[in-house]
Amino acid sequence: MDDQEFLEYVQAGGQVETGDWMPDDYRAKLVKFIEMHGNSELMGVLPEREWILRAPTLQRKLALTAKVQDEVGHSQLIYRVVEDLGKPREQCLADLVSGKSKFHNVFHYPTKTWGDVGVIAWLVDAAAIISQKALLKCSYAPYARIMKKICWEESFHILHGRDVILAMVTGTPEQFELVQEALNRWWPPLMQFHGNPIPADDDPMYQWRIKSQGNEEARQQFLDGYVPQMLELGLTIPDPALRKRDDGVWEYTEPDWDELRHVVTGHGPKTQERLGFRRLNHDETAWVRSVVLAEAA
Amino acid sequence: MIWEVFRQERKGQPFQHAGSVEAPDFRFAEIYGREQYGRRGESEALWLVPREHLSVVEGWADEFDLKYRRVDGYSIKARLKEARERAESR
Repeated sequence: MDDQEFLEYVQAGGQVETGDWMPDDYRAKLVKFIEMHGNSELMGVLPEREWILRAPTLQRKLALTAKVQDEVGHSQLIYRVVEDLGKPREQCLADLVSGKSKFHNVFHYPTKTWGDVGVIAWLVDAAAIISQKALLKCSYAPYARIMKKICWEESFHILHGRDVILAMVTGTPEQFELVQEALNRWWPPLMQFHGNPIPADDDPMYQWRIKSQGNEEARQQFLDGYVPQMLELGLTIPDPALRKRDDGVWEYTEPDWDELRHVVTGHGPKTQERLGFRRLNHDETAWVRSVVLAEAA
Repeated sequence: MIWEVFRQERKGQPFQHAGSVEAPDFRFAEIYGREQYGRRGESEALWLVPREHLSVVEGWADEFDLKYRRVDGYSIKARLKEARERAESR
């Protein structure tokens, strides 16, 4: 099989296993894409972790802790897939903390109030599950298989987030306002989340069938599914240009793509602080890893 | 050490490959397996198998025409038609 035959194979719906031959470019793109996913799961717990000690009730504290455990578990599963493609987990972590590799834009921002925690669990996870569902048909089969478990767990997170939001919008006016303010803060990053509207056929990740849908399709799906849910709670969406056309397509103010680029290249408001924490944590837990290996030896 | 994880969802169902965990020995593999693949009651049982103990068999030679072993090796349509016609003319 040569590169062209491989391309035709995956475009016809063919799937690849770890030991199968694959073009170097495909392997490199897979590693980069899947590694960024793993990084995002791992970095994504930090904004939420900040709220474990400040959760309003014991039940919320337990649920948030469980969500954090899920996300760390996802990063472990995903890094395993990357390792089998040839890049060791230690190298992934080293590249993450040195800023060489990237993680998703939404995890570079601060969480100001408990309203942010609800918006993240509900809407950021909703946006993420749309991307992740499009990976269930990924041409690299081991990645597609773990995505089943990941999507299943994300659905709990959305419910947890929705429950947090419902409690607040049915609470005091101040609580409602916390949700509205959080939505105002998260709307721009949410609209940037699925990436610039590059046509699917020009997107190498789509050409190799690593993803099964284009960026704009994902964003439209998000708007279609969640704008009505936000409106029915009485929330105001902070984009006056947002509207659904008669042909079903959502129009919106062009997201700030420069901000997206700036943020994911290490210049977000919380990027350096969170990478610093990850670095510190990695160093401080080194002894645990060595004890585990020594005990087993 | 890599352990392949096979998961059985309900009693009586087949064990299906779910993913893998990295663990230095079975003790840790069991802990990680339980956390990753069973903490919400989604599994009845797990098989944890060290990757190096798995032997893969693939590639199926077909030098001989063995289709008599398969249903597509029997095309009865034309013969059935002929048999019916003969029966009618009898």
